[in-house]
Amino acid sequence: MADTIINANATEDVYPPVEEAHLKHHFATPGQQMDADTLGMWTFLITEVLFFGGMFASYAVYRNLYFPAFASTSKFMNVPLGATNTAVLICSSLTMAMAVRSAQTTQRKALIRFLLLTMFFGAVFLGIKGYEYHEKWVEHLVPGFGFHYEEVQFERNAQILFFLYFAMTGMHAIHMIVGFGLLTYLVVKAKQNTFSEHYFAPVEMIGLYWHFVDIVWIFLFPMLYLIGGTR
Amino acid sequence: MTTAAAHHTPVPKVSTLVLVFVTLIVATVVTTLISYIDLGEWNIVVALIIAVTKASLVAWIFMGVRYTTSLTKLFVCAGLVWLSILIALTYSDYTSRNWIYQARPWSQTKAPYFEDKAK
Repeated sequence: MADTIINANATEDVYPPVEEAHLKHHFATPGQQMDADTLGMWTFLITEVLFFGGMFASYAVYRNLYFPAFASTSKFMNVPLGATNTAVLICSSLTMAMAVRSAQTTQRKALIRFLLLTMFFGAVFLGIKGYEYHEKWVEHLVPGFGFHYEEVQFERNAQILFFLYFAMTGMHAIHMIVGFGLLTYLVVKAKQNTFSEHYFAPVEMIGLYWHFVDIVWIFLFPMLYLIGGTR
Repeated sequence: MTTAAAHHTPVPKVSTLVLVFVTLIVATVVTTLISYIDLGEWNIVVALIIAVTKASLVAWIFMGVRYTTSLTKLFVCAGLVWLSILIALTYSDYTSRNWIYQARPWSQTKAPYFEDKAK
C-alpha cells in the first residue's frame, strides 16, 4: 500500500487528474470508454480484413486457375529475405506489445524506447521490402513494365501472380508507412507525458493496428513466397 | 495493483509476451523449412494451418482479445465469418462455372440447352 501512496504523490504534479481529463462526457466510466474504443477499433480492423480479403480471394481464384504458372514463380521469390522480414515484423509486434504494457504500467522511458524499437523494426522491414522490389525490377518481373519471363508458356499467367504480389505487398507496405506515422505521433505524445496507467487508449489502439498489419504479413509470406513446394 | 487503473484490463506478463514471440519465431522457421519438402497439395494446407495458428496467437495474446468484452469477441468472429463468405462464395463461383458449359461469345454459342428448346 505504502508504495502506491508514494507513487500517487510523486505523479500528482506530472499528471493532472487524468481519469477525468481524458474521460469524454458521454461515457460514464473510463472502463466503459475503453470498451467502446476497443470495439470501434476492432470494427475498423474488420473492414481492413475484408479489404485485404478481396485480394486474398482473387489470389485464391487465380492460384486455382493457373497453379503451374503460380508455382513456377516461387524460384524468383527471395525466401530467406521473406522469412527474415516475417521475423522482423514479429519482433516489432513484441516491442509494440511491450510498449502497450509500459504505458499500462506508467513506464514512460520504457514506452518511448519500445515505440522507437517498433519503428526501427518497421523501417528494417520496409528496407528489405524495397531491396526485394529492386530485385524484381532488375529481373524484369514488374508486371506491365517490360515484363519478361523465362518460361514463355507461363508468361501471361505468371504476370498475374506478380501483379497480386505487388498489389498485396504494396498495400501492406502502405499500411506499414501509415503505422510509422501513427507511432511517431505516439512518441511525441509520450514525450509530453500524455500516457499513464490512467490513460493509454491511443497506445493500445495503434498497437492493435500494428499487430493487424503483422497478421496480414503472416498470411502473405506463405501465400506469395512458398507456393512452389520444392525448389 | 496489477490491473491498469483506467479500466479492468489486466496487464499481460512479460513472460507471456516473450513466450508468444518465441512460438511465432519457431513457427516461421518451421513453415519456411516445410516449404522445402514436397508434400504435394498438403504444402499449402500445412502453411495455412501454421499461419492461422500464428495469427490466432497474435490476436488472442498480443492484441488482447482474451481480455476484451464478449461483444468485441463476437465482432471479431463476425469479421471472420464475413471473410469466409467472401472467399468461399467467390471461389465456388469460379470453380463451378465450367460445370454447366464453357462461357463463349454469343456469336459462337451453341449451348445445348437453347438448341433443345428450339426443337
